[in-house]
Amino acid sequence: MHGRHGRPITDQDAHEINRVEELSYDLKTRDVMSTALRTASPEMPLSKVLDILRINRISGVPVLEEGNLVGILSLEDIVRAMEKNDLAATTSQYMTRDVALQKDYKEEEVRRYRASHLFEDIISERTTLVLRYTIKAGDFTQGGKASSHIKRALLRLGADPQITRRCCIAVYEAEMNLIIHTTNGGILKLEVEPHRITMSAADDGPGIPDTEKVFEPGYSTATEEVREMGFGAGMGLVNMKRCVDTIDLTSSVGQGTKLVMRIFIPDQPFGGRRDGETNELAKNH
Amino acid sequence: MNLQRIIDQLNLTVLTEPGDFESINPTGGYSSDLLSCVMAGAKKGHLWITLQAHLNIVAIAALNELAAIIITENAQPDAASIEKANQQGIVLLSTSRPTYEINGKLWELGIRNGMQ
Repeated sequence: MHGRHGRPITDQDAHEINRVEELSYDLKTRDVMSTALRTASPEMPLSKVLDILRINRISGVPVLEEGNLVGILSLEDIVRAMEKNDLAATTSQYMTRDVALQKDYKEEEVRRYRASHLFEDIISERTTLVLRYTIKAGDFTQGGKASSHIKRALLRLGADPQITRRCCIAVYEAEMNLIIHTTNGGILKLEVEPHRITMSAADDGPGIPDTEKVFEPGYSTATEEVREMGFGAGMGLVNMKRCVDTIDLTSSVGQGTKLVMRIFIPDQPFGGRRDGETNELAKNH
Repeated sequence: MNLQRIIDQLNLTVLTEPGDFESINPTGGYSSDLLSCVMAGAKKGHLWITLQAHLNIVAIAALNELAAIIITENAQPDAASIEKANQQGIVLLSTSRPTYEINGKLWELGIRNGMQ
Protein backbone atom coordinates (compact mmCIF):
# COMPACT_ATOMS: atom_id res chain seq x y z
CA MET A 1 0.00 0.00 0.00
CA HIS A 2 1.30 3.42 -0.88
CA GLY A 3 0.47 6.84 0.46
CA ARG A 4 -0.50 9.96 -1.39
CA HIS A 5 3.09 10.84 -2.17
CA GLY A 6 4.05 7.44 -3.56
CA ARG A 7 6.19 6.32 -0.66
CA PRO A 8 5.26 3.23 1.38
CA ILE A 9 3.09 4.26 4.28
CA THR A 10 3.90 3.56 7.88
CA ASP A 11 1.45 2.63 10.61
CA GLN A 12 1.50 6.24 11.69
CA ASP A 13 0.61 7.41 8.18
CA ALA A 14 -2.12 4.82 7.94
CA HIS A 15 -3.57 6.18 11.13
CA GLU A 16 -3.53 9.68 9.78
CA ILE A 17 -4.98 8.98 6.41
CA ASN A 18 -8.60 8.20 6.66
CA ARG A 19 -10.15 6.69 3.59
CA VAL A 20 -13.60 8.07 4.28
CA GLU A 21 -12.16 11.52 4.75
CA GLU A 22 -10.50 11.28 1.35
CA LEU A 23 -13.70 10.03 -0.21
CA SER A 24 -15.73 12.92 1.06
CA TYR A 25 -13.34 15.59 -0.09
CA ASP A 26 -11.63 14.26 -3.18
CA LEU A 27 -14.68 13.09 -5.09
CA LYS A 28 -16.23 15.55 -7.50
CA THR A 29 -19.96 15.97 -7.70
CA ARG A 30 -20.01 14.63 -11.24
CA ASP A 31 -18.26 11.44 -10.16
CA VAL A 32 -21.25 10.30 -8.19
CA MET A 33 -24.33 12.30 -8.97
CA SER A 34 -25.67 10.30 -11.92
CA THR A 35 -26.11 7.17 -9.85
CA ALA A 36 -26.73 8.70 -6.47
CA LEU A 37 -29.40 11.25 -7.25
CA ARG A 38 -33.08 10.42 -7.52
CA THR A 39 -35.09 12.84 -9.59
CA ALA A 40 -38.65 13.42 -10.73
CA SER A 41 -40.09 14.81 -13.95
CA PRO A 42 -42.71 17.60 -14.07
CA GLU A 43 -45.45 15.29 -15.36
CA MET A 44 -44.79 12.53 -12.81
CA PRO A 45 -47.80 11.90 -10.52
CA LEU A 46 -47.15 12.80 -6.88
CA SER A 47 -48.03 9.27 -5.79
CA LYS A 48 -45.05 8.01 -7.76
CA VAL A 49 -42.72 10.64 -6.32
CA LEU A 50 -43.88 9.63 -2.87
CA ASP A 51 -42.80 6.06 -3.66
CA ILE A 52 -39.36 7.33 -4.71
CA LEU A 53 -38.99 9.29 -1.49
CA ARG A 54 -40.16 6.39 0.62
CA ILE A 55 -38.03 3.72 -1.03
CA ASN A 56 -34.91 5.87 -0.94
CA ARG A 57 -35.69 7.41 2.45
CA ILE A 58 -35.16 10.93 1.21
CA SER A 59 -37.09 14.08 1.90
CA GLY A 60 -37.19 15.63 -1.54
CA VAL A 61 -36.12 15.34 -5.17
CA PRO A 62 -34.96 17.76 -7.84
CA VAL A 63 -37.39 17.97 -10.75
CA LEU A 64 -35.70 17.67 -14.13
CA GLU A 65 -37.04 18.42 -17.59
CA GLU A 66 -34.76 17.38 -20.45
CA GLY A 67 -31.82 17.45 -18.10
CA ASN A 68 -32.57 20.94 -16.78
CA LEU A 69 -33.58 21.59 -13.22
CA VAL A 70 -37.03 23.16 -13.21
CA GLY A 71 -37.98 22.77 -9.58
CA ILE A 72 -37.74 20.93 -6.28
CA LEU A 73 -40.39 18.67 -4.80
CA SER A 74 -40.21 18.05 -1.09
CA LEU A 75 -42.24 15.93 1.31
CA GLU A 76 -43.88 19.13 2.49
CA ASP A 77 -45.21 19.74 -1.01
CA ILE A 78 -46.64 16.22 -1.03
CA VAL A 79 -48.25 16.80 2.36
CA ARG A 80 -49.93 19.90 0.94
CA ALA A 81 -51.32 17.77 -1.89
CA MET A 82 -52.45 15.06 0.54
CA GLU A 83 -54.38 17.61 2.57
CA LYS A 84 -56.38 18.31 -0.57
CA ASN A 85 -56.61 14.60 -1.40
CA ASP A 86 -54.78 15.41 -4.62
CA LEU A 87 -52.02 12.78 -4.92
CA ALA A 88 -53.03 12.17 -8.55
CA ALA A 89 -51.78 15.67 -9.40
CA THR A 90 -48.52 16.08 -11.28
CA THR A 91 -45.22 17.15 -9.77
CA SER A 92 -45.26 20.44 -11.69
CA GLN A 93 -48.46 21.48 -9.88
CA TYR A 94 -46.87 21.31 -6.44
CA MET A 95 -43.13 21.74 -6.91
CA THR A 96 -41.21 24.79 -5.77
CA ARG A 97 -39.79 26.85 -8.61
CA ASP A 98 -37.13 29.16 -7.30
CA VAL A 99 -34.89 30.02 -10.19
CA ALA A 100 -32.42 32.02 -8.14
CA LEU A 101 -31.64 29.15 -5.82
CA GLN A 102 -31.73 26.32 -8.28
CA LYS A 103 -28.08 25.89 -9.14
CA ASP A 104 -26.79 26.20 -5.61
CA TYR A 105 -29.61 24.10 -4.29
CA LYS A 106 -28.91 21.33 -6.75
CA GLU A 107 -25.25 21.18 -5.94
CA GLU A 108 -25.82 21.39 -2.21
CA GLU A 109 -28.62 18.80 -2.41
CA VAL A 110 -26.34 16.39 -4.24
CA ARG A 111 -23.61 16.90 -1.67
CA ARG A 112 -26.00 16.49 1.19
CA TYR A 113 -27.61 13.46 -0.33
CA ARG A 114 -24.25 11.83 -0.76
CA ALA A 115 -22.91 12.69 2.67
CA SER A 116 -26.08 11.99 4.62
CA HIS A 117 -26.09 8.37 3.46
CA LEU A 118 -22.47 7.76 4.36
CA PHE A 119 -23.20 5.96 7.57
CA GLU A 120 -25.84 3.76 5.95
CA ASP A 121 -23.86 3.02 2.81
CA ILE A 122 -20.67 1.93 4.50
CA ILE A 123 -21.14 -1.16 6.62
CA SER A 124 -18.77 -1.78 9.46
CA GLU A 125 -19.01 -2.57 13.14
CA ARG A 126 -18.03 0.95 13.91
CA THR A 127 -17.80 3.62 11.24
CA THR A 128 -16.02 6.84 12.14
CA LEU A 129 -15.59 9.84 9.90
CA VAL A 130 -12.46 11.77 10.87
CA LEU A 131 -11.90 15.37 9.80
CA ARG A 132 -8.50 16.82 10.58
CA TYR A 133 -7.33 20.42 10.33
CA THR A 134 -3.87 21.89 10.95
CA ILE A 135 -4.15 25.21 12.75
CA LYS A 136 -1.24 27.65 12.62
CA ALA A 137 -0.24 29.67 15.67
CA GLY A 138 -0.95 33.38 15.34
CA ASP A 139 -2.73 33.06 12.01
CA PHE A 140 -5.76 35.21 12.76
CA THR A 141 -6.54 35.64 9.07
CA GLN A 142 -7.64 31.99 8.96
CA GLY A 143 -9.52 32.10 12.27
CA GLY A 144 -12.79 30.21 12.01
CA LYS A 145 -12.00 28.57 8.68
CA ALA A 146 -11.77 25.04 10.07
CA SER A 147 -14.92 25.61 12.11
CA SER A 148 -16.86 26.72 9.05
CA HIS A 149 -15.71 23.62 7.16
CA ILE A 150 -16.82 21.51 10.11
CA LYS A 151 -20.19 23.21 10.17
CA ARG A 152 -20.76 22.56 6.48
CA ALA A 153 -19.66 18.94 6.88
CA LEU A 154 -22.08 18.33 9.74
CA LEU A 155 -25.01 19.89 7.91
CA ARG A 156 -24.25 17.79 4.86
CA LEU A 157 -24.12 14.71 7.03
CA GLY A 158 -27.65 15.53 8.07
CA ALA A 159 -26.84 16.58 11.63
CA ASP A 160 -29.51 18.26 13.71
CA PRO A 161 -29.18 22.09 13.49
CA GLN A 162 -29.02 22.48 17.27
CA ILE A 163 -26.27 19.87 17.60
CA THR A 164 -24.42 21.53 14.73
CA ARG A 165 -24.62 24.87 16.53
CA ARG A 166 -23.29 23.45 19.81
CA CYS A 167 -20.51 21.72 17.94
CA CYS A 168 -19.68 24.89 16.04
CA ILE A 169 -19.34 27.06 19.14
CA ALA A 170 -17.08 24.48 20.78
CA VAL A 171 -14.77 23.95 17.80
CA TYR A 172 -14.56 27.67 17.07
CA GLU A 173 -13.32 28.34 20.60
CA ALA A 174 -10.87 25.44 20.34
CA GLU A 175 -9.64 26.66 16.94
CA MET A 176 -9.07 30.20 18.22
CA ASN A 177 -7.28 28.87 21.30
CA LEU A 178 -4.82 27.04 19.04
CA ILE A 179 -4.26 30.27 17.09
CA ILE A 180 -3.99 32.52 20.14
CA HIS A 181 -2.20 30.46 22.75
CA THR A 182 0.00 27.78 21.18
CA THR A 183 3.70 27.92 20.36
CA ASN A 184 3.54 25.96 17.11
CA GLY A 185 -0.16 25.68 16.40
CA GLY A 186 -1.90 22.33 16.63
CA ILE A 187 -4.37 19.87 15.23
CA LEU A 188 -8.12 20.23 15.40
CA LYS A 189 -9.91 16.95 14.89
CA LEU A 190 -13.53 15.99 14.57
CA GLU A 191 -14.63 12.36 14.76
CA VAL A 192 -18.19 11.74 13.70
CA GLU A 193 -19.97 8.54 14.61
CA PRO A 194 -23.69 7.85 14.34
CA HIS A 195 -24.12 8.13 18.10
CA ARG A 196 -21.63 10.86 19.00
CA ILE A 197 -19.29 13.60 17.85
CA THR A 198 -15.83 13.85 19.37
CA MET A 199 -13.91 17.10 18.99
CA SER A 200 -10.30 17.37 19.98
CA ALA A 201 -7.56 19.95 19.90
CA ALA A 202 -3.93 19.00 20.51
CA ASP A 203 -0.78 21.08 20.60
CA ASP A 204 2.84 20.78 21.72
CA GLY A 205 3.07 23.78 23.96
CA PRO A 206 3.39 25.88 25.96
CA GLY A 207 0.98 23.93 28.21
CA ILE A 208 -1.43 25.16 30.87
CA PRO A 209 -0.16 25.33 34.47
CA ASP A 210 -3.62 25.19 36.08
CA THR A 211 -6.25 23.29 34.09
CA GLU A 212 -9.02 24.14 36.56
CA LYS A 213 -8.57 27.88 36.64
CA VAL A 214 -9.12 28.15 32.87
CA PHE A 215 -12.72 27.03 33.42
CA GLU A 216 -13.40 30.08 35.61
CA PRO A 217 -15.41 32.66 33.68
CA GLY A 218 -13.25 35.70 32.96
CA TYR A 219 -9.90 34.02 33.55
CA SER A 220 -7.58 34.66 30.61
CA THR A 221 -3.89 34.76 29.83
CA ALA A 222 -4.35 36.50 26.49
CA THR A 223 -2.18 39.48 25.64
CA GLU A 224 -3.54 43.02 25.57
CA GLU A 225 -3.27 43.03 21.78
CA VAL A 226 -5.41 39.92 21.45
CA ARG A 227 -7.95 41.27 23.93
CA GLU A 228 -8.35 44.41 21.88
CA MET A 229 -9.55 42.21 19.05
CA GLY A 230 -12.28 40.91 21.31
CA PHE A 231 -10.63 37.59 22.10
CA GLY A 232 -9.29 36.60 25.50
CA ALA A 233 -12.48 37.41 27.37
CA GLY A 234 -11.93 34.33 29.49
CA MET A 235 -15.13 32.78 28.21
CA GLY A 236 -13.72 30.24 25.77
CA LEU A 237 -13.62 27.11 27.89
CA VAL A 238 -16.75 28.23 29.72
CA ASN A 239 -18.58 28.34 26.39
CA MET A 240 -17.18 25.00 25.31
CA LYS A 241 -18.23 23.30 28.53
CA ARG A 242 -21.73 24.68 28.15
CA CYS A 243 -22.07 23.29 24.63
CA VAL A 244 -20.77 19.77 25.05
CA ASP A 245 -21.70 16.70 27.09
CA THR A 246 -18.19 15.83 28.25
CA ILE A 247 -14.99 17.86 28.28
CA ASP A 248 -11.54 16.68 29.27
CA LEU A 249 -8.54 18.97 29.41
CA THR A 250 -5.09 17.55 30.05
CA SER A 251 -1.96 19.63 29.93
CA SER A 252 1.65 19.56 30.89
CA VAL A 253 3.82 22.67 30.87
CA GLY A 254 6.51 22.33 28.25
CA GLN A 255 4.79 19.31 26.70
CA GLY A 256 1.47 20.51 25.39
CA THR A 257 -2.26 20.38 25.83
CA LYS A 258 -5.00 18.06 24.73
CA LEU A 259 -8.66 18.95 24.85
CA VAL A 260 -11.32 16.32 24.13
CA MET A 261 -15.01 17.18 23.96
CA ARG A 262 -17.97 14.97 23.16
CA ILE A 263 -21.54 15.55 22.13
CA PHE A 264 -23.83 12.52 22.27
CA ILE A 265 -26.45 12.25 19.58
CA PRO A 266 -29.90 11.01 20.43
CA ASP A 267 -31.77 8.91 17.86
CA GLN A 268 -28.95 8.83 15.31
CA PRO A 269 -29.91 11.83 13.17
CA PHE A 270 -27.23 11.09 10.58
CA GLY A 271 -28.64 9.61 7.44
CA GLY A 272 -32.15 10.66 8.31
CA ARG A 273 -33.37 14.21 8.20
CA ARG A 274 -34.64 15.58 11.42
CA ASP A 275 -35.53 19.16 11.72
CA GLY A 276 -36.71 20.89 14.76
CA GLU A 277 -35.10 22.28 17.79
CA THR A 278 -35.38 19.37 20.14
CA ASN A 279 -32.30 18.43 22.00
CA GLU A 280 -33.14 15.22 23.78
CA LEU A 281 -30.05 15.38 25.94
CA ALA A 282 -30.86 18.83 27.18
CA LYS A 283 -34.43 17.81 27.91
CA ASN A 284 -33.39 14.77 29.92
CA HIS A 285 -30.91 16.64 32.05
CA MET B 1 -38.72 45.41 9.15
CA ASN B 2 -36.33 44.51 6.35
CA LEU B 3 -32.65 45.34 6.26
CA GLN B 4 -33.02 48.01 3.56
CA ARG B 5 -35.42 49.97 5.74
CA ILE B 6 -33.09 49.62 8.70
CA ILE B 7 -30.20 50.92 6.59
CA ASP B 8 -32.34 53.91 5.51
CA GLN B 9 -33.76 54.69 8.94
CA LEU B 10 -30.40 54.52 10.73
CA ASN B 11 -28.49 56.12 7.86
CA LEU B 12 -26.02 53.24 7.70
CA THR B 13 -23.23 53.01 5.14
CA VAL B 14 -23.07 49.73 3.23
CA LEU B 15 -19.41 48.64 3.10
CA THR B 16 -19.89 45.40 1.20
CA GLU B 17 -21.43 44.82 -2.23
CA PRO B 18 -25.02 45.94 -2.69
CA GLY B 19 -27.54 43.14 -2.39
CA ASP B 20 -31.22 42.46 -2.08
CA PHE B 21 -31.48 43.90 1.42
CA GLU B 22 -35.26 44.08 1.20
CA SER B 23 -35.40 40.29 1.30
CA ILE B 24 -33.39 40.12 4.53
CA ASN B 25 -35.53 40.36 7.66
CA PRO B 26 -33.40 40.45 10.82
CA THR B 27 -34.97 38.42 13.61
CA GLY B 28 -33.27 40.24 16.47
CA GLY B 29 -29.93 41.58 17.53
CA TYR B 30 -26.90 41.09 19.74
CA SER B 31 -24.38 43.68 20.91
CA SER B 32 -20.91 42.86 22.20
CA ASP B 33 -17.28 43.36 21.32
CA LEU B 34 -16.26 40.06 22.89
CA LEU B 35 -16.22 37.41 20.20
CA SER B 36 -16.84 34.44 22.52
CA CYS B 37 -20.00 36.10 23.77
CA VAL B 38 -21.20 36.71 20.23
CA MET B 39 -20.52 33.07 19.29
CA ALA B 40 -22.66 31.93 22.19
CA GLY B 41 -25.26 34.67 22.22
CA ALA B 42 -26.02 35.77 18.67
CA LYS B 43 -28.53 33.69 16.77
CA LYS B 44 -29.14 33.00 13.10
CA GLY B 45 -30.70 36.04 11.42
CA HIS B 46 -29.58 38.49 14.10
CA LEU B 47 -27.91 41.85 13.58
CA TRP B 48 -24.60 42.16 15.41
CA ILE B 49 -23.67 45.61 16.67
CA THR B 50 -19.98 46.01 17.53
CA LEU B 51 -16.94 48.26 17.58
CA GLN B 52 -14.78 45.43 16.26
CA ALA B 53 -13.81 45.84 12.63
CA HIS B 54 -11.13 43.22 12.02
CA LEU B 55 -11.18 40.16 9.79
CA ASN B 56 -12.38 37.72 12.44
CA ILE B 57 -15.81 39.30 12.77
CA VAL B 58 -16.61 37.96 9.30
CA ALA B 59 -15.99 34.36 10.37
CA ILE B 60 -18.19 34.85 13.44
CA ALA B 61 -21.03 36.25 11.31
CA ALA B 62 -20.70 33.42 8.80
CA LEU B 63 -20.68 30.70 11.46
CA ASN B 64 -23.73 32.16 13.15
CA GLU B 65 -25.49 33.03 9.87
CA LEU B 66 -26.06 36.59 11.05
CA ALA B 67 -28.13 38.98 8.94
CA ALA B 68 -25.51 41.75 9.05
CA ILE B 69 -22.82 43.38 11.19
CA ILE B 70 -23.27 47.03 12.14
CA ILE B 71 -19.85 48.50 12.93
CA THR B 72 -20.19 51.55 15.18
CA GLU B 73 -18.23 54.76 15.89
CA ASN B 74 -16.70 54.78 12.42
CA ALA B 75 -14.43 51.82 13.08
CA GLN B 76 -13.17 50.82 9.63
CA PRO B 77 -12.58 47.28 8.46
CA ASP B 78 -9.62 46.92 6.09
CA ALA B 79 -9.93 45.91 2.43
CA ALA B 80 -9.15 42.25 3.17
CA SER B 81 -12.01 42.06 5.67
CA ILE B 82 -14.46 43.61 3.23
CA GLU B 83 -13.34 41.26 0.50
CA LYS B 84 -13.75 38.25 2.76
CA ALA B 85 -17.21 39.45 3.76
CA ASN B 86 -18.17 39.74 0.10
CA GLN B 87 -16.90 36.24 -0.58
CA GLN B 88 -18.91 34.82 2.29
CA GLY B 89 -22.02 36.85 1.65
CA ILE B 90 -21.77 38.78 4.92
CA VAL B 91 -23.24 42.30 4.96
CA LEU B 92 -21.01 44.89 6.67
CA LEU B 93 -22.65 48.18 7.66
CA SER B 94 -21.03 51.22 9.21
CA THR B 95 -22.14 54.18 11.30
CA SER B 96 -20.54 57.07 13.14
CA ARG B 97 -23.00 56.60 16.03
CA PRO B 98 -22.10 54.62 19.19
CA THR B 99 -23.38 51.09 19.86
CA TYR B 100 -25.76 52.23 22.61
CA GLU B 101 -27.56 54.60 20.30
CA ILE B 102 -27.86 52.03 17.50
CA ASN B 103 -29.26 49.49 19.97
CA GLY B 104 -31.86 52.02 21.08
CA LYS B 105 -32.92 52.90 17.57
CA LEU B 106 -33.19 49.26 16.52
CA TRP B 107 -35.32 48.55 19.57
CA GLU B 108 -37.58 51.47 18.65
CA LEU B 109 -37.90 50.07 15.13
CA GLY B 110 -39.19 46.85 16.65
CA ILE B 111 -36.06 44.75 16.15
CA ARG B 112 -36.37 42.74 19.33
CA ASN B 113 -35.25 39.21 19.99
CA GLY B 114 -37.77 36.47 19.71
CA MET B 115 -39.88 38.20 17.10
CA GLN B 116 -40.42 36.58 13.73
